[in-house]
Order: sequence, then structure tokens, then C-alpha cells
Amino acid sequence: MATLDVAGVTKSFGTTQVLHGVDLTVADGEMIVIVGASGCGKSTLLRIVAGLETATTGRISIAGRDVTGLEPADRDIAMVFQNYALYPHMTVGQNMAYGLRIRGLPKPEIAQRVTEAATLLGIESLLDRRPRQLSGGQRQRVAMGRAIVREPKLFLFDEPLSNLDAKLRVQMRAEIRRLQRRLGVTSLFVTHDQTEAMTLGDRLVVMHAGHAAQVATPMEVWARPADTYVAGFIGSPAMNFLAGTLADAGQAVALAAGPVLRFADGPRPGPEGLPLTIGIRPEHIEAGASGLTLPLDLVEPLGSETVLHGRLPNGEALTVKLAGPAPAGPAIQVTLPAAALHVFDAASGKRLDR
Amino acid sequence: MPAAGIDDAALAAATLRRQAWDRRLTHLWLILGVLVFAFPVWITLVGSTHDASTIGRGDVPLLPGGQAIANYTAAWTSGGEGRYRASPASLMLWNSALMALLIAVGKITISLLSAYAVVFFQFPGRMLAFWTIFLTLMLPVEVRIIPTYQVIVSLDLFNSMAGLTIPLIASATATLLFRQFFLTIPDEYVEAAKIDGAGPVRFFRDILLPLSVTNIAALFVILFIYGWNQYLWPLLVVNDRGLETIVVGLAKMIGNGDAQNEWNIIMAMAVLALLPPVLVVVVMQRWFIKGLTETEK
Repeated sequence: MATLDVAGVTKSFGTTQVLHGVDLTVADGEMIVIVGASGCGKSTLLRIVAGLETATTGRISIAGRDVTGLEPADRDIAMVFQNYALYPHMTVGQNMAYGLRIRGLPKPEIAQRVTEAATLLGIESLLDRRPRQLSGGQRQRVAMGRAIVREPKLFLFDEPLSNLDAKLRVQMRAEIRRLQRRLGVTSLFVTHDQTEAMTLGDRLVVMHAGHAAQVATPMEVWARPADTYVAGFIGSPAMNFLAGTLADAGQAVALAAGPVLRFADGPRPGPEGLPLTIGIRPEHIEAGASGLTLPLDLVEPLGSETVLHGRLPNGEALTVKLAGPAPAGPAIQVTLPAAALHVFDAASGKRLDR
Repeated sequence: MPAAGIDDAALAAATLRRQAWDRRLTHLWLILGVLVFAFPVWITLVGSTHDASTIGRGDVPLLPGGQAIANYTAAWTSGGEGRYRASPASLMLWNSALMALLIAVGKITISLLSAYAVVFFQFPGRMLAFWTIFLTLMLPVEVRIIPTYQVIVSLDLFNSMAGLTIPLIASATATLLFRQFFLTIPDEYVEAAKIDGAGPVRFFRDILLPLSVTNIAALFVILFIYGWNQYLWPLLVVNDRGLETIVVGLAKMIGNGDAQNEWNIIMAMAVLALLPPVLVVVVMQRWFIKGLTETEK
């Protein structure tokens, strides 16, 4: 049981800076998911917490103890790797016991811990097998088991589900979540998959170009994205972005595509004519008999819903997600409900609130 | 579609005929190959079972004679009564085996450790060390034989097992092979071991060594035979009959004309010299094929 504090961590490889000062406080028992596109620094951050990389500047504390200068083994952590990294020449039981053996625990205790973890994960019958005799899902469980037996203060997951097929991934995702809740161990989970991030995390850290773009609960990230990057990254299909300018003394936006939309939740600060980026999620756009004309160039029927891609007359792309089957005809009429608008400063990309 | 008038049964029959011919031709070629390679060995085996005069007359018998026990006993215990009184095979086999074993084990140990250092550790001069090792590939024993001889004599290792083996242990091939193999080991194993708390020595012993078993077995076979077959260096650095190796002894037994060669004893000695490498191959082959099929990276 422990908290994790990441304070002002930066990391440079030679002249390339990959982390530009990340701060993060994780509460006891919390599951934090670090999500971002590849190359955003999310794995580097995890490896710095693990002690596999050294931060250029900044401090890492686990349970109030400064571990910045400590070896991975002395940090009281456990890590699950993307390819599981199970030692191929050891049996499942030996793999799970190896860390405890090195720490010099008495044999009966090792055996007891391994059995407990194996029972918890439903892999008791596999203890004498070698990793190569296991399926992907079983290996995943063994890797989890190896982490659990150490009874660490902190679990680190480095994209552990990305080598599994889609169905198993969904199943293991739920299993990891249940297990983490049950054990109540503080966890850090790295993924590039937004569905994993949304479903697993108590809070998300959305990483972008070495910064934590937003740290918030999944729903908060979805409902109030901090900037255009987060807005575009979370949600599928991705949020639409339309250019516009601040109008009517901050009460409305004049879209480049034509209409002037009044903000539902009050005026935004800023000078008249301030360039804005307006975000709206495809599922929030309404189709009807009037409004903007959207000529369609691609229709994707998904069964219960339909995704429509088109271009507004001024050339801006717009994606619309409608319930039910695809409407007939080469174009539809859409309206953008004021309550669903996200307002961003076009220059900085930051969210503009009242 | 085949041309009109040819039915499918005829096509199938033609295919069968062609396949039968292919098989016959392949086998013929294989049998020829076996004959070419096995014939000299057969002659040696047969020769070691006749008495000296049969072979001395110049007819080469193709069927075994009745002197096998006498010949092999002579080779094993005394090395024959010929012009060159060879050492007994028992002694020379022991010397050869010890030399080949020391070379193989020594090379593997040094190579494993140096490859481990070069691949898994960052230290100043790492690449320089690697390239220095690499350069020695261009300097086999034969090329550096005079300076090596000088060094061994100066170190007072002339006529010793150490002088016989140490210069042959120093070589880069095995280091390079292990380096290539270590580079294929995923970083995650190193990292998982770090998190498990394994230091460099434990990682080497508990993880790297078991993963390298296959490569070690394969290299052992190659290096044992390399050591066993050494001729020039043992010939040069040892003149004590008690340290003579069987390859050198065998060559010395064959004279150049002023006296009768005891071909029967020589052939028996040759067969004895052949057995240990064959044994190593047979035993180790099982082992490393097992390793190849069971190890997974």
C-alpha cells in the first residue's frame, strides 16, 4: 500500500529531450493509466519510475521514500512487460519464485506465496510447465503472478495486453482491473489504446510530446478535454475540429463554415475576433431537415450505428455518428448543438472556459 | 487443361514414373557419396586387422583379417616395434584428450565472459576491446607462430601442457559467436532480472548461461575437434615424449623409406585417434539437437 510521487521529471537522450517535466501524484491503491501515441514518452516515464532509466532531473518517491537513486530491486515494485519476459528455461513456478529466491526468503514461504498467487490467477495446474507450453493469455497470467508474489508497493504495467488477440484482451483487461481492485495495490499502466485507458484507469494521464497534457478521471478527460490534442486522442471516431472566431462580445462563435453559434454555458474571455478551434464529437452532431449541408463521401455502417464522413462547403472535414441505418441520399443536413461544443484557443490549443 | 486425347490416369502414371526415377537418381548419388567418404575409413579399419607382412606385400585387403587384437594391443600398450618407436596410444590419447578439453573449455569460458562484458555493460574502451578481440581473427596460430613460440619459451612454458594449450585458447571466433547470440536476447530479460534483484553474476549464472546451453554444446564439439586436430603447434612446442599428442605421434610413425612401416599398427593407431572426436560428436549432437528443439527465446 503506497503512494507514488513523480516530481518535475525530465529525461534527455543526448540532445533529444523526451520528457519535459512531468508531475504526478498517485493515491494509495489508485490505478493510473498513462496513455498517448507512440513516442510521447509514456514508456520512458514508466521505466524511470521502475528505475530502469535514470531521470535527468526530478524525483521519484514511493510511499514517501525517495527512491530516485535506488536500484529497481530496492524500490519494492513489480513490473509486467509487454512480451512478459518470462525466463524460458524456468518453469512457471520457478519464474514466479525467482525474485523471492534472490531476496532470500525461506523456501516454505516462497512456496506458499507462489501457490496463493497461482490460485488467485487460476494457474495452479500450470506451475510445472515451461513458458513456451503456455498460450498468450496464460503467459500474461504468469507475468501477473510473478508481480503479485513479490507483494510490491507498486505495480507497473508496460502495455501488457498488446500482444493478445482482441477477445482475450478484453477479457484480461477486466481481469486486471478486478485483481487490482481486490489487491488494492497502487498501479501505473501504460497503453496506447484509449479503450484500455478509459476502462482501466481511476485517472488517466494523457501524454503528448513529453508533457502530461491532462491528468483527470476518464469521464472528465472525455467530457472536458484540456486541449485539442487530448480532445482528438480520446473518443472514437475522433472529435471534429472547426475553425471560427469569437463573436458577440464572447457570447458566440462565428464558424468559418457559416453559422454563428451561441455558447450554451456563458461567454468566453478574449477579444472580439479571437481565432478559436471548436470541437464537437461525431455522436453529438444531429441530423435533421435543416442546418448545414454536408455532402457525404464515405458511409460506414456499423450495425447499431452509422459513421458518415463528409466535407462542409468551406472544405472542412466533418464526421457524424448517427444511431440506426445510413440515411439515403448524397448529402445530409446537420446541426451542431450548442451544449456539445468544446471551445479551444486556436493559437495555443488550450481549452477556453467561462 | 491438358491437350485433348490425354487422359488424367496417364498423366498420374507419368508423374509416378518421374518421381520413381527422381528417387533412384537421388539414392544413386547419395550411395556414391557415402562410398567416396567411407572407403578410406574402411581401408583403415581393415588394415588394422591384418599382420604387417600382408600389407607390406602391397596388396590392399578389402576384408578384415585376424590380427585385430594383437595390433590394437600393440598400439595401445607400446606403440609398435617399428623404426620410430612411438609412444603407446594410451598415453598419447590421454594427452590429446586433455589438450582438446582444455582448449575447448578454456575458449568457451573466456569467450562467454568477454562477450558478456562487451554486450551487457557500458564501460570506457568497450568498443576498443571488442575490435581488438575482433582483429585477432586475422592472426591464427600459424601466422603468429614464431613470436608465440618466443613468448612461450620466455615464460618457461616449453614442454608443458600450459604451453600447449594457452596460445590455442586465445581466439576471437567463439567470442564473436557468443556476442551475436547475446545480442538476440531481449532486453526485457535483463530488466526483469534487475527488478527481481539479480546482480550481474546471478543474471549470468541463472539466466544467460542456461539460455546459452545450446550454443555452448555446439561450440564445444567444434572446439574439441579443433583442439584434437592441432598438429603444427604441438609439434613445435613439445619434444617431451610424455606430452606427445596422438596426431603428432601418428605422423611421426610414418617413415620416409629407409625402413618398413608397420602399417598395421599405424592403422590401428589411426582408428584409435578417430574414436574420441567421433564419440564427442555422437554424444553432444544428441544434446544440442535436444537444446535446439526445446529452447525458445
